Amino acid sequence: MRYISHAICQMRLPILALAFFAMLPFYAQAALKIDITQGNVEPLPIAVLDFESEGGVGQDLAKVVVADLERSGLFRPVDREAFIETQVGVNTRPKFKDWRVVNALALVTGRAVLQGDGRLRVEFRLWDVVAGQQMTGLQFFTKPENWRRISHLVADAIYERLTGETGYFDTRIVYVSESGPKNQRVKKLAVMDQDGFSQSELTSGRALALTPRFSPTAQEITYLSFANNKPRVYLLNIETGQQEVVGDFPGMTFAPRFSPDGQKIILSLERNGNSNIYTMDLRTRETRRLTSSLAIDTAPCFAPDGSRIVFESDRMGTQQLYVMEADGSNVRRISYGEGRYATPVWSPRGDLIAFTKTLKGRFLIGVMKADGSGERILTEGFHNEGPAWSPNGRVISFFREGKGADEGSTLWTVDVTGYNERPIATPGWASDPAWSPLIR
Amino acid sequence: MGPSLKSKIILSMALLGLVISGCASTTDGRVNSSSSARSASSASSLNAEVQDLVANVSDRVFFATDQSNLDGSSRATLRDQASWLNQNASVRLTIEGHADERGTREYNLALGARRANAVRDFLISEGVSGDRLQTISYGKERPVSLCSEESCWSKNRRAVANIR
Repeated sequence: MRYISHAICQMRLPILALAFFAMLPFYAQAALKIDITQGNVEPLPIAVLDFESEGGVGQDLAKVVVADLERSGLFRPVDREAFIETQVGVNTRPKFKDWRVVNALALVTGRAVLQGDGRLRVEFRLWDVVAGQQMTGLQFFTKPENWRRISHLVADAIYERLTGETGYFDTRIVYVSESGPKNQRVKKLAVMDQDGFSQSELTSGRALALTPRFSPTAQEITYLSFANNKPRVYLLNIETGQQEVVGDFPGMTFAPRFSPDGQKIILSLERNGNSNIYTMDLRTRETRRLTSSLAIDTAPCFAPDGSRIVFESDRMGTQQLYVMEADGSNVRRISYGEGRYATPVWSPRGDLIAFTKTLKGRFLIGVMKADGSGERILTEGFHNEGPAWSPNGRVISFFREGKGADEGSTLWTVDVTGYNERPIATPGWASDPAWSPLIR
Repeated sequence: MGPSLKSKIILSMALLGLVISGCASTTDGRVNSSSSARSASSASSLNAEVQDLVANVSDRVFFATDQSNLDGSSRATLRDQASWLNQNASVRLTIEGHADERGTREYNLALGARRANAVRDFLISEGVSGDRLQTISYGKERPVSLCSEESCWSKNRRAVANIR
């Protein structure tokens, strides 16, 4: 998934431009913006008109944009039944007073055209209804079958313009798709768009597959497979389907993740019941041992700048979080709250570490600062586990397990503020989510 | 300068979808007396040994929550296993370590390995050659008792001797 080229042409709309600058100087300073640093923000009312098109694609495009924006919890799509103006050409200035009447603060208009060359061209504009001015406008070309990605790109552009943050809608999630009874669960790797659509399976399910993690730089996933009844960390190319065992380690390897530059894999190696943390350089194949304790040292994760590593260890009796330098030196404990702490994951922004916490028989998802201070719990219940960050560090995905023989796991997202908890619909039970980097 | 439509081109949007051909079957992790898990050629002799082991010696020991130490009754079971192994010198074992569902995935894999190795170490101390004893951890992936209560969890915190 690559863009071959950016920004090849600009479409000029001089009449519109003249009109709005001339008419609404008073509003020129007005900035429509969502402050997402506050937890419980009032969602911004936004109206998304069906994109003009031949056939239904314009309506489909708008629906996916609306769904993305709504799921973020930061936008409240205005009910289309309330629209007064029901058609606005992409090169037409909307009747802003009609949109003020329905209490929309932002408006999206667009057009989708199937071109003679077989490609789909999609254009959209985001309007500030109160200021009566355009906030952004973009044009995309793609194969018609990729229309969903265009919707996600449109939603990202809207999110970015209105929040000032990088979007995350045009991303995918790799996870473990589960089926069959609890004592013989079949676990396959699967990948989907972040909204749960475009599902595809990556492994057959003949071998147990666990803990997939995306490469930050390539179309690759590292994960644990029980192939040949040997639990080992594998590297899987999701474009070619090729896979290989990572490293020539003598025992069980597990809990893999990529380094931020994509050049190394960090993992645990178990020997004689003792688990320690190692890295392997994917180019030189050189392995390096980072911990040498008699404890369980596992779930390592690099800081986004690669300088430090957070991991869990029971070296002081129970699972707790520790940070060390990338070379394994200067190990210090960072978790000091009540309970046990596991599966630490460093935020892509570097500021926070998400974790699974077990306390009084319950499983919680929380975040703390990298020095261990400022702990906040985002969700709790019978069993929540395995946080994974969206690439912009605003949303955390995790899995939740039900109680009892007939239950299984489901995927959820929650805002880093702890608000807006939502399920992700998957075809079956699902666990171990991991977010892709932004595809762009 | 007016509002303009910047453009982007997306040419290549390769889709995923290759199904990887896995090469191994997963074991079901249950008591090794199930003959379906074995190939037909070796089934008869293995079955005899499995049945003998299961009939005369328990194939499994249990652990306290988050523990891998062997209590008195586990040690007694493993002494029986060791003497059975010493009488059946051709038998090789894989010791499976398991955890209950009340832990995180990675830790439980490590904990299962710890349990399997506690059993292996004890059998070695009872005179069984380490060459005959492999270990594997299934973490919390292969419970035998399925309720979400201690009555089930206590049966899942186990190490199981599996004849290879």
